[in-house]
Amino acid sequence: MTDKKRDDVTGTETTGHSWDGIEELNTPLPRWWLWTFYATIVWGVIYTILYPAWPLVSSASAGVLGWSTRGEVAEQIAEAEAANADLRAQLIETELAAVSDDPALQNYAVQHGAAVFRTNCSQCHGQGAAGAKGYPNLLDDAWLWGGQIEEIAYTVRHGIRNEDDPDARYSQMPAYGEIFSDEEIALIVAHVQTLDDGADPMAGEAGELWANNCAACHGEDGKGNHDLGAPNLTDAIWLYGSSEEDLTYTIVNARFGVMPAWGAFLTEDEVRAVSAYVHQLGGGEDAPAAE
Amino acid sequence: MSDQGTETPQLYAPREPIFPRRVSGTFRRLKWWIMGVTLAIYYLTPWLRWDRGPNLPDQAVLVDLANRRFYFFWIEIWPHEFYFVAGLLVMAGLGLFLFTAALGRVWCGYACPQTVWTDLFILVERWVEGDRNARLRLHKAPWSARKWRLRLTKWTIWVAIGLATGGAWVFYFTDAPTLLRDLLTFSAHPVAYTSIGILTFTTVVFGGFMREQVCIYMCPWPRIQGAMMDEDTLTVAYREWRGEPRGKGLRRRHEAEEAAHAAEDAAVTRAAGPQLGGRSPALKMPGIPDTASGAVHHDGPGDCIDCNACVNVCPMGIDIRDGQQMACITCALCIDACDEVMEKVGKERGLIDYIALSDAPREREGQPPRSLWVHVLRARNILYTVLWAGIGLGLVFLLFIRSEIDITVGAVRNPTYVTLSDGTIRNAYDLRILNKNGDDRVYLVSPGFGANLDLEIEGHPGSTIPVPANTTGITRIYFTAPPDSPAANADRTEFRIWVEDFQSGERAFVDTTFNGKGQ
Repeated sequence: MTDKKRDDVTGTETTGHSWDGIEELNTPLPRWWLWTFYATIVWGVIYTILYPAWPLVSSASAGVLGWSTRGEVAEQIAEAEAANADLRAQLIETELAAVSDDPALQNYAVQHGAAVFRTNCSQCHGQGAAGAKGYPNLLDDAWLWGGQIEEIAYTVRHGIRNEDDPDARYSQMPAYGEIFSDEEIALIVAHVQTLDDGADPMAGEAGELWANNCAACHGEDGKGNHDLGAPNLTDAIWLYGSSEEDLTYTIVNARFGVMPAWGAFLTEDEVRAVSAYVHQLGGGEDAPAAE
Repeated sequence: MSDQGTETPQLYAPREPIFPRRVSGTFRRLKWWIMGVTLAIYYLTPWLRWDRGPNLPDQAVLVDLANRRFYFFWIEIWPHEFYFVAGLLVMAGLGLFLFTAALGRVWCGYACPQTVWTDLFILVERWVEGDRNARLRLHKAPWSARKWRLRLTKWTIWVAIGLATGGAWVFYFTDAPTLLRDLLTFSAHPVAYTSIGILTFTTVVFGGFMREQVCIYMCPWPRIQGAMMDEDTLTVAYREWRGEPRGKGLRRRHEAEEAAHAAEDAAVTRAAGPQLGGRSPALKMPGIPDTASGAVHHDGPGDCIDCNACVNVCPMGIDIRDGQQMACITCALCIDACDEVMEKVGKERGLIDYIALSDAPREREGQPPRSLWVHVLRARNILYTVLWAGIGLGLVFLLFIRSEIDITVGAVRNPTYVTLSDGTIRNAYDLRILNKNGDDRVYLVSPGFGANLDLEIEGHPGSTIPVPANTTGITRIYFTAPPDSPAANADRTEFRIWVEDFQSGERAFVDTTFNGKGQ
């Protein structure tokens, strides 16, 4: 003990290091702490061998376990899909109109469909499915091609006015700019603007024009026709706007929306799921009672 | 030390094994009781049953992480009520402050799991290998068949205790009887086995091998507790003014004679100074003049016969006569040990005792210490008590007023409103209803009086929503305003959504906004 330097105040041994007369006390660490430290170093070396770690020129070392975050995500997706395999099969087998009778299946279809919608549909119809000018709002109760789930599924599967699918929905409206005179167009625009207030389409000054040109598709009552994709002109919903300017443009040029045939891009369960999702957004119509 | 005579100091110190001797007395009895009660609470709690109906677990205390529920007897806490747990943690913290300010490190000495399990492990060690001297001999003995047998027996029992400890832990997180059966048939979830494995390992290593090292090096608490003690805190201390000069037999008498002439002899209470192994150096007691300054004059020898009983029983391996030190967990076993000796030699008990350091100068002058209540009932302790009780009462109050119906309304704002064919304006809301009951319930939804809004529920006709037992029901509901009604034309209309539990008749409401066309 005599060789050791001791600090006078605390009586603690010093390391012998001195800076400007300030000496360093030696308060030894426990040896197990040292060994724990060595163990972490060993652990670290093993870890860098097993897992991706060392930065190389174009990527990092892969690690002998072949683990990657991307692989882990793929694994988790596969796990989730395996977990839902039964529900997916059930969704494909079930009559679309009957999906909502089974709460578990409906829940799966809606959640699944919501994901499909956000990925594929929201670009035109919006994240909230409220659409935009020329892109139908899917939340309301007005449907060009019908709001029953089977009709929605048909629209999704085959699309609208596309060249890819022979069964695509097609609506035809002539560009009346080439048919009507300017006076007739002004007359019919004014006429259409009165329809959502309850006017009779077949009556009035433009009644004859309506009967000869519009009633074939939009109906004598003006309520449109789902089979032809002709919109209801008596309701409060206007896809392209109801101002004089908007209506004039629509009648003169005719305007059409297009939609891809999603049956070519989506799997059967995705088509069904997204139909179920759209159907429960607030405007879905019930299927007619079975006969 | 091993490096005696060399120039290089030892930077890493091997652990010096400690062999605490058995002791009996008031505090040892108290510690046995506390150990028994705390271990019984720990091991038995998961097995208590509490009937909550057919759809809820019947385990009295259950942390159901998978379903995010916490059950405590009649109280059920859902994640959004986590502030109850936060409140309990704040109370635990303040409680610790209070006890530390009043009684020093009582938590460390009596109730800390590290202390309780170490005590239990030492009990096993003593039972298998004998008391201090036998263990010391065994420690120094070469590895023989007998040593192997004793060591293996001890380790086996330790591992069994560790297994029971880790095993009991997992029972808090799932139904205990089911899990026990699954564990025994090797069909339980791997997480259960991993948790048991890790806890078994840490229990055995911390309680069996690291013991006081955990308190000295790993635990942040001793550092914090030091800041919460003051000179009025009752803590375990040595009455050096009574004990010094210590000594035994002829040497003792000789020293006593010397003492009057050489006061500095008494100043150095322990010539060896702090030991390697990291125990902190002895600090002088605040407010106590150094004996070296000549404040103490004894006519004869002090009461301490230097029998080292206090050192031998210490589970931390320190000498309390060095004064206050960080390694002391105030387990009070040295008090028992010293009292036993004092009685044998016919001296007054309490040479080592719970003392408030502010009393030291008075006692040094021969006056009696002040009343216990003077030390306990001081502003700091009263403040802690008031805060602690205030939060406790607040939590109890919240528990009683908390609504049995919990609802939240998320207004759908993409888009803000939808125009329907007939011009009706519709707003959508996601209504969450928490059914905390053990049975399925039906809830009636309605707009507040005077709102002039109509309710529709997605997927159901009518205005009722069924919610299964113990689940959160999320339902899309719509409120509509007829065309050209005030709400349809206004920018915003405030209204109230009421939800009523059909069965209990309890009601709850949420105020929200209806968006119109803003004309």
